[in-house]
Amino acid sequence: MNDRVAVECRALTYTFEHGRKKAGTRAVDGIDLTVRAGEVFGLLGPNGAGKTTTIRAITTLLPTARGMVAVFGHDCNTDRSAVRRLLGYVPQQLSADAGLTGRENVELFARVYDVARAERSERVAQALAAVDLTEAADRMVGTYSGGMVRRLELAQALVSAPRLLVLDEPTIGLDPIARAGVWDRVDAVRRATGMTVLVTTHYMDEADRHCDRVALMDRGRIRALGTPAELKARVTAEDPALAAPTLDDVFRHFSGRTLTDAKEGDFGDVRRTRRTASRVG
Amino acid sequence: MSAVPAAPRAASAEAAAGPEFGLLLVPPRARTGWRVVPARVVAMCAVELQKLRHDRTELYTRAVQPALWLLIFGETFTRLKAIPTGGIPYLDFLAPGIIAQSAMFIAIFYGIMIIWERDAGVLTKLLVTPTPRAALVTGKAFAAGVKAVVQAAVVVVLAALLGVGMTANPLRLAGVAVAVILGSAFFSCLSMTIAGIVLTRDRLMGIGQAITMPLFFGSNALYPVDLMPGWLQAVSRANPLSYQVDALRGLLIGTPSHLALDFGVLALATVVGITAASGLLGRLAR
Ligand SMILES: Nc1ncnc2c1ncn2[C@@H]1O[C@H](COP(=O)(O)OP(=O)(O)OP(=O)(O)O)[C@@H](O)[C@H]1O
Ligand SMILES: [Mg+2]
Repeated sequence: MNDRVAVECRALTYTFEHGRKKAGTRAVDGIDLTVRAGEVFGLLGPNGAGKTTTIRAITTLLPTARGMVAVFGHDCNTDRSAVRRLLGYVPQQLSADAGLTGRENVELFARVYDVARAERSERVAQALAAVDLTEAADRMVGTYSGGMVRRLELAQALVSAPRLLVLDEPTIGLDPIARAGVWDRVDAVRRATGMTVLVTTHYMDEADRHCDRVALMDRGRIRALGTPAELKARVTAEDPALAAPTLDDVFRHFSGRTLTDAKEGDFGDVRRTRRTASRVG
Repeated sequence: MSAVPAAPRAASAEAAAGPEFGLLLVPPRARTGWRVVPARVVAMCAVELQKLRHDRTELYTRAVQPALWLLIFGETFTRLKAIPTGGIPYLDFLAPGIIAQSAMFIAIFYGIMIIWERDAGVLTKLLVTPTPRAALVTGKAFAAGVKAVVQAAVVVVLAALLGVGMTANPLRLAGVAVAVILGSAFFSCLSMTIAGIVLTRDRLMGIGQAITMPLFFGSNALYPVDLMPGWLQAVSRANPLSYQVDALRGLLIGTPSHLALDFGVLALATVVGITAASGLLGRLAR
């Protein structure tokens, strides 16, 4: 493996066990995936597709018994601390500490990534500037809007200069302006640093606009993978009736259902989404 | 669209939007070996102090209960002279016990806090940083200690106002701080361990309530061990709170105590607690 491959998953499988009697939930069902260094890679799919579970395997949070996951050649099961040093992670829920200021939130991450004291405040200031939060930096995070919290989390992830930025539904529950604000910062940071970005979303339009390549995920499997243009071309080739397909059409073509049909998530999904929404709102 | 920079790091230097992104291109140098844990402990304690600075209400509301214990229970029993305390006023005897108690209540809350942090995603994010589980738990444990020391200072001032004769020797006061930190570290680990077993806040709240009172009453905080029935003496001897109170009493009031044993037991209990809690922390993240 070399530096050109940021993330590699081979036959990655994960099953949530529900005790001995009940059958487990197979959240990820043998996926193969390669994220190239420097690209923005989108993992797309409806609620319950297994995106977060895949992300948690990549970020070393879930030990995977079956299949292989590696980040820049470091195995996520056996070489965890090396993987963690290369990662910046923004989880699906809003996760900044409301009892601290924005600056203090970023400072904590500078500390846990061993940023030397001499450059800590400068680095924190740069991370805050990169997400356009310099002015709000000394306000309590409890007073931030959802979009500001998301950008703050981006700063927390950026302060350690990660090579791979992992964003799980960075725009969920945000209004269109805040969504654009988050993506603007991601794009700018990517341009400035050249870091690899792995992002999950179920907004097909965002993926179309911002991702170099996307994988369409449904019920634990990857149904299609390629650049948005490639996938659309394949759909048109296979189904000439669709002359100018959107990514939504592409998803329907490869998974056999629409994104809206697929949103039949179980209770847990609903609850989690709602929690995110209420924390945002 | 899919133009992938061949060497992202090199390409980035020229594309960087001015100097203000400069540091974000250079990964910080990793600490290794023994330096990791102390660094994480400092990070967690810093956060705790920042939070205390932003919101002091908890500090004051948490002072109400110890104040009531000292004012009502302490003053009353001092007048009754019902409890033989070896010649010192009962209020003086009680004050160290109440300091230990208020520190314990803070520490027991840490398990609830770690579940809350799990639910809020804060813990998840910390677990993805290069922070070993044991360092995270140690950091939380000492953060509990820092908070408890600030709280203890409030209770000490209260006790002094009520006329409790306490030492002003800085060395002894430093010893008091160490005893409070170790005790809180142990009790926060106890509560984080239970958190790792029961996994939900509601269950932990119930258990937290159920254990704090027995720990408090089953210790020498309110009365000397000699007064207790045999079985309670055994409980008290197995209870780290008793050793903490013994040390506090010896240091603050000057009663006869067993400082070496007390600190030894507290340190050992803390190590065991950290080990148990870090072993179970992963369960919370799953
Ligand atoms: N901790 C858990 N315990 C049991 N089952 C889980 C757990 N987390 C996720 N699942 C199940 O695994 C499946 C995949 O969930 P996952 O969170 O990976 O989906 P997702 O694609 O991220 O969806 P969403 O858009 O809702 O975030 C779902 O059926 C979900 O119910
Ligand atoms: Mg998800």
